[in-house]
Amino acid sequence: MEAIIARSLSKTYRSGKSQTHALKGIDLDIQEGELFGLVGPDGAGKTTLIRILVSLILPDQGTASVGGLDVVRNFGLLRQQIGYVPGRFSLYQDLTVHENLHFFASVFGVNAEEQYGLVREIYKYLEPFRDRKAGQLSGGMKQKLALSCALIHRPSVLFLDEPTTGVDAVSRREFWVLLSQLRNQGMTIFVSTPYMDEAARCDRVGLIQEGRLLRIDPPTAIVRDFPLTLYALSTDLMSRVKPDLASCAEVLSAFAFGANYHLTFQTSAGPQACVRMLEQKGHTNIRLEVIQPGIEDCFMYFMKGS
Amino acid sequence: MNLRIIQAMIRKEFAQFFRDPANIRMLIVMPVVQLLLLPLAADYEVKRVRVCIVDFDHSQLSHELTGKISANPHIHVGCTAQSFEQALQGMERDEIDIALLIPAHFERDLVMNQNPVLSASVHAVNGQRASVGSQYLMQILADFNRKIRMQWLQLPKFNPVPLVDISHTYLYNPRMDYPSYMVPGILVILLTMVGFSLASLNLVREKEIGTIEQINVSPVRKSEFILGKLIPFWILGLVVLTLGLLIASVFYGIYPRGSVGTIYAFASLYLLAILGLALLLSAFAQTQQQVMLVSYFVMLVFILLSGLYTSVESMPPWAQMTTHLNPVAHFIVVIRMVVLKGSSFRDILPHVGAMAAMAGILLPLAIRSYRKHF
Repeated sequence: MEAIIARSLSKTYRSGKSQTHALKGIDLDIQEGELFGLVGPDGAGKTTLIRILVSLILPDQGTASVGGLDVVRNFGLLRQQIGYVPGRFSLYQDLTVHENLHFFASVFGVNAEEQYGLVREIYKYLEPFRDRKAGQLSGGMKQKLALSCALIHRPSVLFLDEPTTGVDAVSRREFWVLLSQLRNQGMTIFVSTPYMDEAARCDRVGLIQEGRLLRIDPPTAIVRDFPLTLYALSTDLMSRVKPDLASCAEVLSAFAFGANYHLTFQTSAGPQACVRMLEQKGHTNIRLEVIQPGIEDCFMYFMKGS
Repeated sequence: MNLRIIQAMIRKEFAQFFRDPANIRMLIVMPVVQLLLLPLAADYEVKRVRVCIVDFDHSQLSHELTGKISANPHIHVGCTAQSFEQALQGMERDEIDIALLIPAHFERDLVMNQNPVLSASVHAVNGQRASVGSQYLMQILADFNRKIRMQWLQLPKFNPVPLVDISHTYLYNPRMDYPSYMVPGILVILLTMVGFSLASLNLVREKEIGTIEQINVSPVRKSEFILGKLIPFWILGLVVLTLGLLIASVFYGIYPRGSVGTIYAFASLYLLAILGLALLLSAFAQTQQQVMLVSYFVMLVFILLSGLYTSVESMPPWAQMTTHLNPVAHFIVVIRMVVLKGSSFRDILPHVGAMAAMAGILLPLAIRSYRKHF
């Protein structure tokens, strides 16, 4: 059964004479118990889509339902069913961890102690800081507290808007482990992120750009559909690789990836031509080898292609 | 409406309020300082009107008049100038409030029944000082005039023309004591400022920090949210009132002649209207600066047109009309009635009605305008 359904959702923001088409007809079906990742660059419409699905704003066109409840007509019941972690930390910074948790428990009419079962995994990280003000927690801890508060009423669908932005790598990994655990308990999770590496942890990934969903697929299918051969390039003169590559007509795309450049070529003769050209320009110790595309390569490719 | 949610909101609000020491200081220090300082400073009895007498006559009569003027306790004869220009220069330097010119042949003209004319030039930059000061002077001159007529015209023992003599009795505030008049009024201002600014800033802060986002996706309804904001500040407002009444009695010996219960009853209603307005304004503001600026403007208009400093009766008719819509004006009238005159609840009923109407309109409006869609 579908936990989240969206049909041709559109949203336009108007300020004065200028219009921003944030969403241009989004269609989406997310299964119950699915961990869904919405991936896209800043300004692609991720937050707008989430805010419509959690009933914070109204769509201009189209319909959406979460857990079988229409986001416009059944918002009252809907809000009992969903949990929402906004992109910006929006708990009370001057209240303690414990007070925040209790406040949201009371608002949802549940007993915080009884609900500890669900949030225990997360709360165990927070327990040592229970009397610390939320504003004085680290970024990772803040996100865990926000997650605890969003889970306190046992929602069936959880929405997270860029939960790991500004969080260190260790906390990010911990956070994704927690999300997988929740998914394993049967919760539907909708998470947006600008980090493509995180997309690989999702069951399915939706790639959003300029208000349109480019494709929705499992990460493996996205990688499989990468139609080109991908090469990794490294030389002794990395700082000059980019300008030098620009003069090579055979190169289709070149992105810096860590210490390497990931390249694709127009033709199969491209790699050899490129290496020769780099040698002429004085690069030494040139290594160019075929690699398996990662999810990030695919996104770069698909987003450029659209 | 869910009581559990409202309770949770109120508990949260108090926890936040008392966590910040600045809030507690504001709640206690502001009333104390305002009530102790302002009533002493806001005294509009005009003292020491500085008069310069330019005497061109130098007669017995002009000396008599000068002596009479200097004898008045409110007037200080600062100088005796040789020329009128000299007196005006003194006024230019702000050393003189009134220059009184006694013309040459003043005595002779008077004796010869030629109606001599005294001329007074008044420094009118400060309107209050000018009008009260010249009144003092007129009184002295009128008195002087009558005396001369009595002496010279050999008035019969019984005055054929009956003279109207007015004697004053100050009711309700017999000693014309300014603190007893000002302190209750300032208490109203205080209650208004504390309630208004705390409530409006608080709601907008939730917007600014983004905490309202989390509330908006929860089952908290608009009415529950607004009540959860209203009740804590309503309680804090009554705490400030209590503190103010204590200060009034301890430091000024002002005990309400009427029932304290009446004051509290009216204050409760008043706070509903004021907080309703504060929450309504903050529904439209996005930042704390915006709401501060708007509140400041609203407060200023309310206070200046409230009758605290200038009596409502002396305002132009249109301004008097606006006082009916001004909650501050209603409360100032009511608190003065109850404290000074001992009015009962029945006496203030028209004001109660007006306040109930305001609260009845502003609160639902505040709830409706709070932008949580639905």
